[in-house]
Amino acid sequence: MNGNMGHLLSILIFLPLAGAVVLAFFPGNDAGVRRIALGLTVAAFLVSIPLLGSFDPSSQGMQFVERVPWVPSFHIEYAVGVDGISLLFVLLTTLLSPICVLASWTAVTARVKEFMIALLVMEAAMIGVFVSLDFVLFYVFWEAMLIPMYLIIGVWGGPNRIYAAIKFFLYTLAGSLLLLVAIIVLYFSGGRTFDILHLMGQPYPAAVQVWIFWAFFLAFAIKVPMFPFHTWLPDAHVEAPTAGSVILAGILLKMGGYGFLRFCLPMVPQASRSFTGIVLALSAIAILYGAYMALAQTDLKKLIAYSSVSHMGFVTLGIFVLNAQGIEGALLQMVNHGITTGALFLLVGMLYDRTHSRQIADYGGIARPMPRYGAMLSIFALSSLGLPGMNSFVGEFLVLLGAFMTHAGIAVAATLGVILAAVYLLWMVQRVLFGPITTSDNARLMDLGGREMAILVPLVVLVFAIGFYPDPLLSLMHASVNHLLTQVNVAAPLQLSEVWTRP
Amino acid sequence: MNFSVADIGAVLPEIIVAVYACAVLLIEPFLPKDRRDVLAYFGFAALGLAFWGTSRVMWTDLSVLNGMFVLDPFGNFFKLLLYVAAAMTILLSMGYLKREGIHLGEYYAFVLFATCGMMILVSASDLITVFLGLELMSITFYILAGFKRFEEKSLEAAAKYFILGSFSTGILLFGISLLYGLSGTTNLQALALHLRGTELQSPAWILAMILLVVGFGFKIAAVPFHMWAPDVYEGAPTPVTAFLSVGSKAASFAVFIRVFIEALGGMQSDWRPLLISLSVVTIVTGNVVALVQTNIKRMLAYSSVAHAGYALIGLIVGDALGIFSLMLYMLVYAFMTLGAFGVVTLLRREGVEGDEIRDFAGLARKDRLTAFAMLIFMFSLAGIPPTAGFVAKFYIFMAAVNAHLTWLVVLGVVFTAVSAYFYLRVVMVMYMKEPDQAVQLVAPRGAVVVLAVAAAAVLLLGIYPSPFLDYAQQAVLKLR
Repeated sequence: MNGNMGHLLSILIFLPLAGAVVLAFFPGNDAGVRRIALGLTVAAFLVSIPLLGSFDPSSQGMQFVERVPWVPSFHIEYAVGVDGISLLFVLLTTLLSPICVLASWTAVTARVKEFMIALLVMEAAMIGVFVSLDFVLFYVFWEAMLIPMYLIIGVWGGPNRIYAAIKFFLYTLAGSLLLLVAIIVLYFSGGRTFDILHLMGQPYPAAVQVWIFWAFFLAFAIKVPMFPFHTWLPDAHVEAPTAGSVILAGILLKMGGYGFLRFCLPMVPQASRSFTGIVLALSAIAILYGAYMALAQTDLKKLIAYSSVSHMGFVTLGIFVLNAQGIEGALLQMVNHGITTGALFLLVGMLYDRTHSRQIADYGGIARPMPRYGAMLSIFALSSLGLPGMNSFVGEFLVLLGAFMTHAGIAVAATLGVILAAVYLLWMVQRVLFGPITTSDNARLMDLGGREMAILVPLVVLVFAIGFYPDPLLSLMHASVNHLLTQVNVAAPLQLSEVWTRP
Repeated sequence: MNFSVADIGAVLPEIIVAVYACAVLLIEPFLPKDRRDVLAYFGFAALGLAFWGTSRVMWTDLSVLNGMFVLDPFGNFFKLLLYVAAAMTILLSMGYLKREGIHLGEYYAFVLFATCGMMILVSASDLITVFLGLELMSITFYILAGFKRFEEKSLEAAAKYFILGSFSTGILLFGISLLYGLSGTTNLQALALHLRGTELQSPAWILAMILLVVGFGFKIAAVPFHMWAPDVYEGAPTPVTAFLSVGSKAASFAVFIRVFIEALGGMQSDWRPLLISLSVVTIVTGNVVALVQTNIKRMLAYSSVAHAGYALIGLIVGDALGIFSLMLYMLVYAFMTLGAFGVVTLLRREGVEGDEIRDFAGLARKDRLTAFAMLIFMFSLAGIPPTAGFVAKFYIFMAAVNAHLTWLVVLGVVFTAVSAYFYLRVVMVMYMKEPDQAVQLVAPRGAVVVLAVAAAAVLLLGIYPSPFLDYAQQAVLKLR
């Protein structure tokens, strides 16, 4: 299977990385640097398309697997592969990367070469996170990602960028270091291996499971971010350049959800099942709190950042209801959120490029000078609030369906979040696009140009394609999600009393 | 008294280095002032020869000079590391001494003498040899620390290091004499045999062990015996600081391991809790105090204190995995620290060394490559993959989890997160602040070589550590 495409995933990782090295020695001007970066990210996207074509959706196993010994004396391997859970994230990464390059075309003017190098390294690390089958390899990519992201926020960000960059770095680092401890503990209790597949489904002692669950939980909950670990997100989003926000919202946040699905549930299923109540409650709080906070924001980016907290609450909700509808809904919701929120950040960035303001109060009536912009913002806002026929509706609907089957109370609370989303998004659209034009500068705003439309149109197509016909994406997940559920449901939840009374 | 020519062969690297050091002193008066670089090349020759000699006998395992001295892969591993560190120090020094106006020939002799002392230290198998090596190393460092003899700070550093150092040496010597009084021997293996033979132990053994911990703890700058480190690191000429922080620490850890695992291994249950508490306070204090430093040399001093705390975990674990992880840690630590201090030597503010963190402002715009090298060293010191610092910490933590010290690992990682703050601050200042025009950057060839080698080593060890791991694993201390 996939015999002649054996090295596809390695090419995907190393193409941007090699490109970054080449770019470092590229003597040309900024325009040339931009074109090379665009060429590389588009090339990576083209390379990733055959993944979709040759992926066998009927198989639950890892595909396109490559294994090379890395540190043989400790059984560490360079092992990569994708299954139905990770495939879509890889594609999302390769799709959003060229968009990020395009979004920085005119917005980033200082130190363009370094910026593009950081973006390319970032892409390589993000793909690496999603395809790693070895825990150490995963961790290396997971942490290495922080370095370019720290620089992207801190060097090319807004006025308060230094604070935001350090906060982002320390929050994520604190979470992931405990993940490192969990990885090492798993190595010794799982038979001295870092092989992710091998570490799944092992009968770890109850106390070990509990500790590992909380280590996983902290690492992934900070990344998602779940309430109450979300405070780094609004700061990071507001200060990051547009491309940074798109990467953050589009891909980085998904790693938390991916971590829960790939590691937390299959490796410590019993502990995961014992603590679903806490996670579900936190998810519901995140949905409502994020929405509530979004209502109060005066800064466009902050509003979308809090809406991310709310929307990612649906993801964790879907994951921890532990049924096929919930998990597939969560996966789809993550893809949708990547597309829709990514696009919303792009739109805010485009407006900011023109006026250098993100304050909602500075706008009003700009749909008149910018009709195309008005259409785009409306489409993505409606997509974000889950209008039927658009992508987010499918994901949220599946998540809520899954939640109603097991936890009706929490599902009701989450549904309130959908209503609040409609309130804050429509209100935002109304205040920005409609009403009287407040300043003469706003009356002369340029509408979206060709490059900007080229960035947004593919995302619009995806919004409607997934909204009307999500089945191709869902069918990619079925086998892997069902396999995951059998792994999770194999044993009863832990009796917590038995954990604490263990000798 | 047995004595054979083979014994001479075993100590040949030490003899080479010592002879060259004496030769440097003899040649120096006959050299014109502007040709003192020759002495540096002389030093490279000595280190190169010694490197060649040691690598020839890398896997030999033999005890010579009536059990005073041992030639084994464990010691040789450290020796090779020391040669590289010494050579990099000399490379850094050549330009630095000229800039500071202290380009004296003796300097190179002292570096070689210190190296020789460290070599004796890592190969010592008798407490008397330990003391000999330690004193040779320490006394030369007292002088080197005060080498900027027109500067108050440097003199203060030398005086402080000398007074506190002699005090700690005295304590160590007291411990050694107690051990001799209890067992009638100073030989490490004989001590181990003696410990194994006696059923009831006199509390004096515990006292002796504690005194040794104090003595070695001072050398590796473990809290609460670290008080000298920030002042000495700040005051000493920067290449000396680098060598002190790398060479002296590595050699002291080597002998710490040898004495505590080989001779006092039977008392592990006694020294383990002591070292654990030492490690905990060292990690906590080092990382927390480093947060508030504004001088980069002081910050690196506290960082080096904290790293000693992490490395101590390897000794606490004490099995093959633990010792291996400590050896690896020292290897990694050497390159990242030498690199970081190397960058410090390049900054000049109004004719003096720019060693404040704010002097790094905007370095990324003045010199991309130097700033990028510093970025690598800082992330490595913070333990972020894909740099070597991560690999080093990873194996230390693995050893600790394997020895059921998971709580210590959790503490270690929490303070790793704390440490990221002050390492990141340097990166932040370099990349996110406006350049300070008062600070110039010099780029002598020697220092550039050091930075390139160190950065390459840090990345290589981080991305493909396997050959080094295998090498260190084979060289792990074997108990006789």
